[in-house]
Amino acid sequence: MVRLIAFLIGLFMSGWLLVSAGITTYGMITDPAKETVEAKFHKHPKHVSFKHDGLFGKYDKQQLQRGFKVFTEVCSACHSAKLVSFRDLSALGYSEDEVKAIAKGWKTEVPSINPDTGEAATRPGIAADKIPSPYANDTAARAANNNALPPDLSLITKARHNGPAYVYSLLTGYQPVPANLPKENRPGTGLHYNPYFANLNLAMAEPLTADGQVTYDDGTKATKDQMAKDVAAFLTWTAEPKMNARKAAGWVSLIFLLIFTGLTYLSYRTIWADKKKH
Amino acid sequence: MSFPWANEYKPQHPLMQWVDERLPLPRFVYNAIGGGYPVPRNLNYWWNFGVLSGVALVIQIVTGIILAMHYYASVGGAFESVEHIMRDVNGGWFLRYAHMNGASFFFIVVYLHIFRGLYYGSYKAPREMVWLLGVVIFLLMMATAFMGYVLPWGQMSFWGAQVITSFFSAIPVVGEPLRQWLLGGFAPDQAALNRFFSLHYLLPFVIAAVIILHVWALHIPGSSNPTGVSVKSEQDTVPFHPYYTAKDGFGLGLFLILFVILTFFAPNLLGHPDNYIPANPLSTPAHIVPEWYFWPFYAILRAFTVDFLFIPAKLLGVLAMFGSIALLFFLPWLDTSPVRSGNYRPLFRKFFWVLLIDIAILGYCGVMPAEGPYILLGQIASAYYFAHFLIILPIVSRIEKPLALPNSITEAVTGKAAAA
Amino acid sequence: MTTVEQVESMTEATEGEGVRRRDFIHIAATSWAGIGAVAVALPLVNQMSPSADVLALASIEVDISSIDEGQAIKTSWRKQPVFIRNLTKAEIAAANKVALGTLRDPQALADRTKTGKENWLITLGVCTHLGCVPLGAAAGEVKGEFGGYFCPCHGSHYDTAGRIRKGPAPLNLAVPEYEFLSDTVVKIG
Repeated sequence: MVRLIAFLIGLFMSGWLLVSAGITTYGMITDPAKETVEAKFHKHPKHVSFKHDGLFGKYDKQQLQRGFKVFTEVCSACHSAKLVSFRDLSALGYSEDEVKAIAKGWKTEVPSINPDTGEAATRPGIAADKIPSPYANDTAARAANNNALPPDLSLITKARHNGPAYVYSLLTGYQPVPANLPKENRPGTGLHYNPYFANLNLAMAEPLTADGQVTYDDGTKATKDQMAKDVAAFLTWTAEPKMNARKAAGWVSLIFLLIFTGLTYLSYRTIWADKKKH
Repeated sequence: MSFPWANEYKPQHPLMQWVDERLPLPRFVYNAIGGGYPVPRNLNYWWNFGVLSGVALVIQIVTGIILAMHYYASVGGAFESVEHIMRDVNGGWFLRYAHMNGASFFFIVVYLHIFRGLYYGSYKAPREMVWLLGVVIFLLMMATAFMGYVLPWGQMSFWGAQVITSFFSAIPVVGEPLRQWLLGGFAPDQAALNRFFSLHYLLPFVIAAVIILHVWALHIPGSSNPTGVSVKSEQDTVPFHPYYTAKDGFGLGLFLILFVILTFFAPNLLGHPDNYIPANPLSTPAHIVPEWYFWPFYAILRAFTVDFLFIPAKLLGVLAMFGSIALLFFLPWLDTSPVRSGNYRPLFRKFFWVLLIDIAILGYCGVMPAEGPYILLGQIASAYYFAHFLIILPIVSRIEKPLALPNSITEAVTGKAAAA
Repeated sequence: MTTVEQVESMTEATEGEGVRRRDFIHIAATSWAGIGAVAVALPLVNQMSPSADVLALASIEVDISSIDEGQAIKTSWRKQPVFIRNLTKAEIAAANKVALGTLRDPQALADRTKTGKENWLITLGVCTHLGCVPLGAAAGEVKGEFGGYFCPCHGSHYDTAGRIRKGPAPLNLAVPEYEFLSDTVVKIG
């Protein structure tokens, strides 16, 4: 009985799926999928390499400091990084006093209340504060940016496929609109063509426009390419601040386990020695 | 239960004797996974995955309880609390990545454990109950994993919750009220997040309880083995400890090496970038995919594109997806061959490999976008999936001529050794 | 058949002959696993210690310019109340009059304040008995029999130097680490 019912159900399921497959095939023939404009013009991120790539790679603190400078002077005008605290910046090699100075001098102050009146106020940042957002809330951010919301950048390199390369490619990927781009896909007002962005037209205007836009403290030449790369590295760190510790712990665990596995293998072979000989 | 030649627990130390007379827990453990459990001597490495599944559950429970000490189940705070764990809690990044990848490893070892059972006929008499309880564990795992994925309250969390609970709205009449009851609202929100957290914490302990039943049921007939021939004499078995504890220790080492590589060097490889974007109820990600262990089932869900008479395609898809697991409950009665092991079933073996490839194709279709060729491939692969279990297996077990079985496990082992 | 326990007990029995090589492997494997278990347990235990964001708030800066003589404020440091009290001349005199030998926890006012700033008494507002918050910091609160603080939970009386004088508390109110950054700003912690 079980097998009979199963047979009938199976026949129905498989049969109807095959019928559906036939209908799908018919649909594919009569109405072949057209290549979307996005698929045709969209580009995958450029290849870019960092010192922190790979199994042994560690963050280059100099590069992170440069990237932080680009973030401070360019990105943070519109973008927040609200998961990062000023105190975290000590991992970039800043001293305690430097961190305090960065927090105190940050262009946006921290929301607070007036201790006498209770009214909303702001105060200078301290090391324990998260980096304040440039806008009070999302609505304010949209209002100031032509109704486009600048995303928070703390996790951006983990929130996009191949994130660091994506950030680098997007920043260096602005280009003139191709002549063969269909009219309906051309950027409207306030939009900018960038083939590394999923739907090709991006509300953000090209942020890194000229070499030397930022003056690096360590004397590195601030080319557009260098700035894009440095800020991509910095944003990799904001998304994954514990990467150095993670890789180090990984190697220790791996070596420990290789020895463990070797010992248990020998133990296993020894115990089974008399059973395998028969 | 068990075999008459099983070693008896003989506590040496007077204190252990005192305990044994009053609460024979050590005796129970000894008989369950110690020297008192005789196991076929010819088990291969595929038999390691049961113990490894248990280890994976322990890893998940331990890391999970700890994460719950730092996590807040609040719509406004869940995402940030996960990032708080990643950034500020001592070693929090390790615990969170271990839990995240531990879920994947749990499914990897459980899938290997299931495929071992499918190939070697471990679901057949007298072990049907072991198999049925195993399918229950699998269902509980899926529910737990789904609810756990919702907790970080990222984009995939939110939209996963939205899509999965929408399955229930496919049910005629009661569907929509049922969905609202599950969510405690019209869309996933605070009520849903809170109950998912509560249940995500509860279900692993239910799983642990069903695992105890699963192992209990296993100890009635004893473990199966690669020949499928029943144990006949003491010669056929070795005590679980030290023989299989040693082998499982070695297997555990290999398992942990892979786990460590993934957790420490590619922790986000199996995750989806969109889940690092906080949930936004007003904007769906371009391409929603579940976690990799659900891909084959997701493909089956999407394979139904055509209504059948008065049954809408959506309902068919949902029924098929649940049916694809539910049919495993009937497997012991669908495959009637008296021979258990696929080693001695030439025809069955061919179809087994086709099934594996078929499931791999389903997984591939599940992760690809719902476009023409992938839908088509998914439909054909789903058709085979159902045909395999419901039509092919019963027929194969009737028409197949199995190979000659060895007389005993010992003969199989020593015969091979002599030939080599 | 020899189980591992039996092997181990044999090893102990025949210690004089030394450990055989094959037993050594089992012992090594088991010990190595034990080391691993301990190593894994460390982060599992350590995760309960205060996290980085909690530690980051471990010091605060307080503006004391608005506290008049005879007044006190309550502020919060490490999620615990801190009393900052601007002692009057009479209160300082009262505190200095007490013979140290008569105190349960002998400490002079000068030991509990900074040189030149003896009028600023900064203590944790946590009773040393069982952790309640004593009264006496806010205007109008009972100050106890000795004019300092009074803990209502079990009736501990502290004097104007925050020293325990009567009741069950064993110690004076704790003085946190602090320093004057300027005449009006004090950094606690």
